[in-house]
Amino acid sequence: MPDELHPIGASSPAEKPADEKAAPATASASPAAEPPAAPTEAKPATPEVAKQPAAEKPGDAAPAAKPGVTPAAKPIPPAAGAPKPAVAAPAGGAKPAAAAGVAAKPPAAPPKPPAPKPDPWQSPLVDKLRQAYGSGLREASTYMKQNYMVVDKSIASDVLRDLCKQEQFDYCVDVTAVHYPKRDEQFDIVWILYSFALNQRIRVKTQIKEGEPAPSAVPLWPTANWLEREVYDMFGIHFTGHPDLRRILMPDDWKGHPLRKDYGLTQQDDQWVKNNLGIESGQ
Amino acid sequence: MSESKFYETQWQETGKTFLDSSELVLNMGPQHPSTHGVLRVILKLDGEKVLGTDCVIGYLHRGVEKIAENRTYVQFNPYVDRMDYVAAVSNGLGYCEAVEKLLGVEAPDRANYIRVILTELNRLASHQVWLGTHALDIGALTPLFYCFRDREEILKIFEKYCGARLTTHAFRIGGCQYEIYEGFAKEVLDYCDFVLPKIDEYEELLTTNRIWVERTKGVGVLTGAECIALGATGPVLRGSGVKWDLRKAQPYAAYDKFEFDIPIGKNGDTYDRYLVRIQEMRQSVRILRQAASGIPEGPIIAKVPKVLRPPAGEVYHSIEAPKGELGYFIVSDGSTQPYRVRVRPPSFVNLQALDKMVRGWLVADVVAVIGTLDIVLGEVDR
Amino acid sequence: MDALTNYLHSSVTPGEAGDLLWATIYVILVVTAISLAVLSMNWLERKILAHIQIRYGPMRVGPHGLLQPFADAIKLLVKEDIIPEGADKLVFWLAPVAVVMTAFTTFLVVPFGRTHAVTDINIGILFMLGISSLSVLSIIMGGWASNSHYPLMGALRSSAQMVSYEVPMAMAIVCAILMSSLKTGTGTLSMIGIVESQAAQGRWFIFSFFPLGFLAFAIFAIAMIAETNRAPFDLPEAESELVAGFHTEYSGFRWSLFFLAEYAGMLAVSSIAVTMWLGGWLRPFSGTLNGKTWDLAFSFLPALTVFVLAGGCLLGALRMPKHPSFKIQTAGLAGFGLVLGAVGLVLLAPGVRERVQDMYWFAVKVAVFMYLYIWYRGTFPRYRFDQLMKIGWKVLLPLSLAVLILTALVGIRQELATALMGVLR
Repeated sequence: MPDELHPIGASSPAEKPADEKAAPATASASPAAEPPAAPTEAKPATPEVAKQPAAEKPGDAAPAAKPGVTPAAKPIPPAAGAPKPAVAAPAGGAKPAAAAGVAAKPPAAPPKPPAPKPDPWQSPLVDKLRQAYGSGLREASTYMKQNYMVVDKSIASDVLRDLCKQEQFDYCVDVTAVHYPKRDEQFDIVWILYSFALNQRIRVKTQIKEGEPAPSAVPLWPTANWLEREVYDMFGIHFTGHPDLRRILMPDDWKGHPLRKDYGLTQQDDQWVKNNLGIESGQ
Repeated sequence: MSESKFYETQWQETGKTFLDSSELVLNMGPQHPSTHGVLRVILKLDGEKVLGTDCVIGYLHRGVEKIAENRTYVQFNPYVDRMDYVAAVSNGLGYCEAVEKLLGVEAPDRANYIRVILTELNRLASHQVWLGTHALDIGALTPLFYCFRDREEILKIFEKYCGARLTTHAFRIGGCQYEIYEGFAKEVLDYCDFVLPKIDEYEELLTTNRIWVERTKGVGVLTGAECIALGATGPVLRGSGVKWDLRKAQPYAAYDKFEFDIPIGKNGDTYDRYLVRIQEMRQSVRILRQAASGIPEGPIIAKVPKVLRPPAGEVYHSIEAPKGELGYFIVSDGSTQPYRVRVRPPSFVNLQALDKMVRGWLVADVVAVIGTLDIVLGEVDR
Repeated sequence: MDALTNYLHSSVTPGEAGDLLWATIYVILVVTAISLAVLSMNWLERKILAHIQIRYGPMRVGPHGLLQPFADAIKLLVKEDIIPEGADKLVFWLAPVAVVMTAFTTFLVVPFGRTHAVTDINIGILFMLGISSLSVLSIIMGGWASNSHYPLMGALRSSAQMVSYEVPMAMAIVCAILMSSLKTGTGTLSMIGIVESQAAQGRWFIFSFFPLGFLAFAIFAIAMIAETNRAPFDLPEAESELVAGFHTEYSGFRWSLFFLAEYAGMLAVSSIAVTMWLGGWLRPFSGTLNGKTWDLAFSFLPALTVFVLAGGCLLGALRMPKHPSFKIQTAGLAGFGLVLGAVGLVLLAPGVRERVQDMYWFAVKVAVFMYLYIWYRGTFPRYRFDQLMKIGWKVLLPLSLAVLILTALVGIRQELATALMGVLR
């Protein structure tokens, strides 16, 4: 069994540039207009196009924010979203089953529409919180129609209390964390809250450093009990004020926190395995 | 509703009072006929009365969230079925819709109808499994066989549609992979006609059965406020009188096009949750009838690129799975693999309520309450 | 030869006649019969329960699973004998033995006919109740000796349940005994005496003083299910609760002894019910439809029943799949059908016809109870333990007391009326 399961998807980006070069017009244009959040890439070479039926999946992955881009009517698999491949495809002699005449014509494709970015979230709730906490409320935005706010860790418990008691967010949907090892404040703690009265769901995020504790939401929502235990189990984040913080999914004496990015996919606590199961890990 | 009123911190004393000799510590161990899956419940008993419980879970923890970080979005799709394996289709629906939200893509109408049909069939199947096993735990041996027999027909439809009975991997990001086979709509409608009298049969066996009523009425009561505080969703919440269903509150996948009711209970006991689920089965049949008689034409999958690179960002999407609110919180960093996938499992959060529900009751009720929470350990542990 | 003629012409049971040889033969016959009955109950239970659950039950081991009980018995006999560590060896060994002995001893007084009982003690019913109470002791022994949580809790529950349901059972039986004193003026505790008083009164006690007789019967019918730890009162052996209760730690042959004792207990209490209220060995309508032609007609019924069973077997053999691998099964089933047919023919013979009547009717009535047992198991959920105890003490006991008192009052209504008249005058 390999040490690290080869992330299978990773190989495809390697293939694609090679195939891209097969369509010469594509190659020139693609590096230039490759924004970091490029939605799609060119696909395998043209011969394959002919085999594939038109009703296949190629399409525009661009969100509604990109109106002017190559319309979804471009059925050619190589072309999707990125204007350059769209141009290249007719040039490359692809045989589109249903050629959309629209974007095939302009030799210079319209500029790649920007990746969707979060918009600021305007609401009386945000105003109230901003008044109360000022700069503690670092950010309040909407992404893909979902509202979220990023707060300072020092005011996180106060914000949560306000939301629970005053703003009627009586249901704690989830408490989770994300690990960004390259950041200074490595962990993102996310609380997802829902209000029955307002039928609204919001996310509250805060960022903490490695080793710092986070405030526990158990006094506010008993739901958070097991949810925080799981965050502790998987990430090693302590929650101050939690009545019973111990591991929940992993064995109680396991060493290591599996969902951290520096924990391998098939890594195990060898000592525990040897002691408790009597075998070597990985058998 | 706050300040740990409901959460009497019994497990602060775990180390100390467990060894108290006047109480019996009974272990409903991981291998037990009525913990549905590998669940270990440590009971602190005074004779037959339950003083406290501690659930030990994690026996079925397979690290699904870790695996998600090492697979592409499309590759991860089959993994989600294996969490709540009884209602695999719902898991797939939640995941696909969450990724579609990230991508900003909407599945076409035809795909949404197919999704609704398969999801409601799956809801029926999941409730049939629930009813059979719950009745079996309480001692009625027969409904199990009736329910599983009727569920066979649903599994046949699944098999014809996508080749698998249980872990169906039915949907793809953007819509559905497979076109419905000829006769699909007719089979679904036939099944609706077939199953409604069967639901009546289940009710005939149990609803007015004196022994069933005595075993379930007043057992495992959770008030509406307690449910909300403990985060219980699904039939548990509705059985306590809170009329909330994600299919109506925040509709997804064509549910806003159908007419159906949300059954709620009054007392929040096991009997009410049983009635709620039976009524949900009937409402599912209603949705199925509407959906199957009017599947629109069109493409079955939206145009998504072969290689999915959702723009960097996060999204949370939840659906009303048969067991409660199933949510997916996906963080994308712009690459082909998700940066973090968090699954909010309804059974995990519902299981927390076990302690509150069985305190003061008898050992036999622990089994009934575990059954009424409708947990699937695959989902609890992931 | 003398012995045979004596026996055939006697009018009392061998025990009463002091005939040791025949008494011994009867004991052996009774033990064999019960064992066979338990064996067939095993098969019947699995098949009937399966059909209630829309499935087939055993079909492979022998045609339609008919050899399943034998396969089970052989398997249990060759299993490894496991004794838990720390178990009390003597008590562990003694418990199943004791429970089987008590179960079988109760059958000493069960009358299958006027002369077809091992003996007729004049406190027959008291004897039966007393011996079946002894089985409670052996259950506690079994749970205790296993040295483990689950069996202990199961044993305690089981014994508490059995003890609490014995009281309504006894009350109901007293009702029947009271009724047995109606025509003759003296009641009797003897099993045969009770049936004979039913014959003398021309009416089964279940129909006496309607609805009191029926209520007493109903109380006994419910209490006997709880007494034998069967559904819906089978919490002590509920699989989903405490993993087979007090016999968890027993495996192999020891477990099969518990199992044997459970079914024998079911048969015993059913026999009590049949004797007390359903007229024992009397054929239905023995009072109203009497006379030589009716007797003749009814005497054909045993043979008819066996013929119907034989016919069923032969029909089953006809419907077997026509595949070479089924040849042996088809032949077996057909052979079994033919054997049953032969038995039916024998039962047609004039001498045999009359003698078999009593046993036949007794067996039919007990079989009805056995079917009810299985039916309840397939239909009802299980009562929780406190609900079970509540029913025993708070519902059945007051009810049985009331029925008892009312029966007594109604029974002496003539004398009571006269006394009252005398007082008023």
